[in-house]
Amino acid sequence: MEAWLMDVADGFTKAFITGDRWKLYLKGLGVTLELTVIALVLGVILGVLVAVVRTAHDQQRPGRRNPLLGLLNVLCKVYTTVIRGTPMMVQLLIWAFVIFASSRNRTLIGAFGIGINSGAYVAEIVRGGLMSVDIGQSEAGRSLGLGYLDTMRFIVIPQAFKNILPALGNEFITLFKDTSLVSAIGGAELIYYAKAVGAKTFDVMYPYLGIACMYLAVVMLLTWLQGKLERRLRQSDRR
Amino acid sequence: MIDVKNLSKSFGDHLVLDGIDQHICPGEKVVILGPSGSGKSTFLRCLNLLETPTGGTITFEGTVITDPKVNIDQVRQKMGMVFQHFNLFPNMTIRKNITLAPVRTGLMKQEEADEAATALLKRVDLLDKADAYPNQLSGGQKQRIAIVRALAMKPKVMLFDEPTSALDPEMVGEVLDVMKELAAEGMTMVVVTHEMGFAREVGSRVLFMDGGHILEENEPHAFFSQPKNPRLQEFLSKVL
Repeated sequence: MEAWLMDVADGFTKAFITGDRWKLYLKGLGVTLELTVIALVLGVILGVLVAVVRTAHDQQRPGRRNPLLGLLNVLCKVYTTVIRGTPMMVQLLIWAFVIFASSRNRTLIGAFGIGINSGAYVAEIVRGGLMSVDIGQSEAGRSLGLGYLDTMRFIVIPQAFKNILPALGNEFITLFKDTSLVSAIGGAELIYYAKAVGAKTFDVMYPYLGIACMYLAVVMLLTWLQGKLERRLRQSDRR
Repeated sequence: MIDVKNLSKSFGDHLVLDGIDQHICPGEKVVILGPSGSGKSTFLRCLNLLETPTGGTITFEGTVITDPKVNIDQVRQKMGMVFQHFNLFPNMTIRKNITLAPVRTGLMKQEEADEAATALLKRVDLLDKADAYPNQLSGGQKQRIAIVRALAMKPKVMLFDEPTSALDPEMVGEVLDVMKELAAEGMTMVVVTHEMGFAREVGSRVLFMDGGHILEENEPHAFFSQPKNPRLQEFLSKVL
């Protein structure tokens, strides 16, 4: 028993303490979070744009179809179909080694790839949210003479936001964990450093268990924040 | 004011309106009666193009609004509409519900709109609810707010789509009172309703619709005392 404890302490020290290796993990975690934020922003912007284009296209008055909107709608459809129909790993490999093969900044390419991937899923979530708002709401807005965009901006989107928050939170958590794939294209995030430490000490157990704990801690924090935000938005219902 | 020619509307194979001709003059209070599924709501919703007609033309103040090139938002600013389910915006205060459209369409500045909202709320006796949210109001209160929200745009005509059908019986009166007041002020109104008393008292003309046609139209007294169409006779014998 004592020997085992010594073993644990030794492994732990080698994985985290010796040579200030914990700093490497922190650096990796920082990059992982950076990846998450960039991908998140990109994903949300893309997702909302695609969702608005697709909803606007579907809600056009017959006989007044806008050809530009039709073209955009086709592009959006192709985007969601291709992105949702191929593995993210494959997409990342294509971004890093085919399209941007000459670039060295693999972390940024990774953030870009994940953001584009996430956008397709966010688009479907947002579109569902927009459709979940009672049609009478937009009819009321339009009947008052408000334009389509104003009706969306002031009436439909604020109400949709509340409905999509749980699904969106879920998507964000998935995205955070998916950043681990960036290690496959050589991005220097959490897994990259864990592997590096493991290779040096010939013991991967502690580095891997350690980063698992780090991922878990961040996800628990995100879940808690999401719950808090939802509770606050619900409160406004019962005013 | 509103001129409807040969209006038809179908949903897929189902023909809901079949060649309606109708003229609504300024100051008229047209009440539309009929069984469910007769096309009366669809007719009303065609007037401000919430439903796009499949045939025929609608002219409003000289503009052919069924023309795809017409800016429908500008036309709708002059046509108020009140819905069966109120459709207040739950994410805004009552005051914001009323001022949003006048401000965003450039009809008024925020301060002017706030003043107008205060005056309108006083008129329906709900000024104390200005900063409340729709969910805190009763059905009757919501519908009165929905009426003044439409009035804030200073419309030339008001369209009512079964405004009392979703209300508790107790609350029907307060909404009808606001509508009667509005009628007395000379507002042009088109009302789809099941309130026979309102039709008789306020209507200047009553239409009976069934199967996508206007089967009978008359001034209210004769409409109720000497119905000629057998379908209308049957309808009245069931509801009166």
